[in-house]
Amino acid sequence: MSSFWSLTLATLVKDIRLEWRTKDALNSMLFFSLLVVVIFSFSFDPYAEQSREIAGGLVWVAFLFASIVALNQTWARELRNQVLDGYRISPAPANALFLAKAVGNFIFVLLLEALMTPLFIVFYNLRALGPAWQLIPVGVLGTWALVVNGTFFAALSVRTRSREIMLPLLLFPISIPAIQGMVEATRILLAGDGSARFWIVLLLTYDVVFTTACLGLFGTILHAE
Amino acid sequence: MKRLFSILSFLTAVLLIYGLYQALVAAPTERTMGDVQRIFYYHVPSAWTAFCLFFTNLFASIAYLIWKNAKADALAVASAEVGVVFCTIVLITGPIWARPVWGIWWTWDIRLTTTLVLWLIYVAYLMLRRFSDTAQTPVLAAVLAIFGALDVPLVYFSIWFFRTQHPQPVMGKGGSLAPPMLYAFLMNLLAFTLFGIMVCWSRYRLELLRREVEAAHAMESLVGAETSAKASLPLSRSAR
Repeated sequence: MSSFWSLTLATLVKDIRLEWRTKDALNSMLFFSLLVVVIFSFSFDPYAEQSREIAGGLVWVAFLFASIVALNQTWARELRNQVLDGYRISPAPANALFLAKAVGNFIFVLLLEALMTPLFIVFYNLRALGPAWQLIPVGVLGTWALVVNGTFFAALSVRTRSREIMLPLLLFPISIPAIQGMVEATRILLAGDGSARFWIVLLLTYDVVFTTACLGLFGTILHAE
Repeated sequence: MKRLFSILSFLTAVLLIYGLYQALVAAPTERTMGDVQRIFYYHVPSAWTAFCLFFTNLFASIAYLIWKNAKADALAVASAEVGVVFCTIVLITGPIWARPVWGIWWTWDIRLTTTLVLWLIYVAYLMLRRFSDTAQTPVLAAVLAIFGALDVPLVYFSIWFFRTQHPQPVMGKGGSLAPPMLYAFLMNLLAFTLFGIMVCWSRYRLELLRREVEAAHAMESLVGAETSAKASLPLSRSAR
């Protein structure tokens, strides 16, 4: 195993261990998305047909908002004790650090989704009319789309004043096509009208384009003076 | 340079007045839409100018990342700000036209949505610049501009999948636009492009001046601190 991957793995294991001991991000994400589910169902009070149409939007908006919690603390955690400065002067490749952080967030948000999806199904009486297995690639690609840019923009916004507010302001406009892809694909699969192929390809393109961009520009962000 | 600026400013003013006359008086009234069609002479040139400015911003951002040239960054600030203003004009004049012609203020059509998302990205860009006042700001902003540029084609394709309602561009297909209308349009296009360049240029010069003043202030306070430190320490002074 080359040093790049062992560095990535070391940082990833460290982050997961930190999260496992406190469970700060996971608990707050879970409770936050639970609140969103409850508040949405009070605001709309949908019946089964309608909920198929709107559930895709609700689910992804809830996950998007909740994932901000994990994303915000990604780099804020490293500010204490000047850990980020330590990373900067260390000879370790910047992209190893970025990949570790992105994969870590990916795992946290996937875990959140795995735990929250049954609750959504119960509260909104969901039953997919289309090929439900396709929801898995949509979920995985969509989550990576949110998380890879989210991790990147968190590194960007950690350098600004009021960074907690800055992250969604930067992330949401850029994420619009990804969100549209996730929401439309989920709606099509739940309501069973047509094929979600275009949207899955769109998500895949988005992921490839922005993963490349993040890896290409992360060093610039980390070492910006 | 200053001479050129004055001459071009004068030319822009003349062209804008002439363009206004052409658009409101000289150009014939459109048969089905009526006078509301005249907004087209402002809507499309504004959109063109905004897109040109956003392209300028992208190239200035890339140039900044490569050469770390402060002038490129000043140009990026200027073009983003002025571009947002022109883009806002587009987003305001569009619905004013759409309400009587389409019967709706807004629709999630391909060009409307792409323009709106572009506007959102550049507002985020300006907010980032506002919320971050360290020396790293230019780098962060330049990176965001590149991300925005990557995003726009994806937005375009995602909306393209739905059918579009916006009128197709009328110039490309060999002129379904009447010649006097085309003339008025081209005059306004020229006037608005020049206007955009002039405003952007002024903003660029202002930005350079602002930075000069800031640097001078920083220098002054450094020198001031040094002399006051010397004054408050008479011992060190006498020792000299």
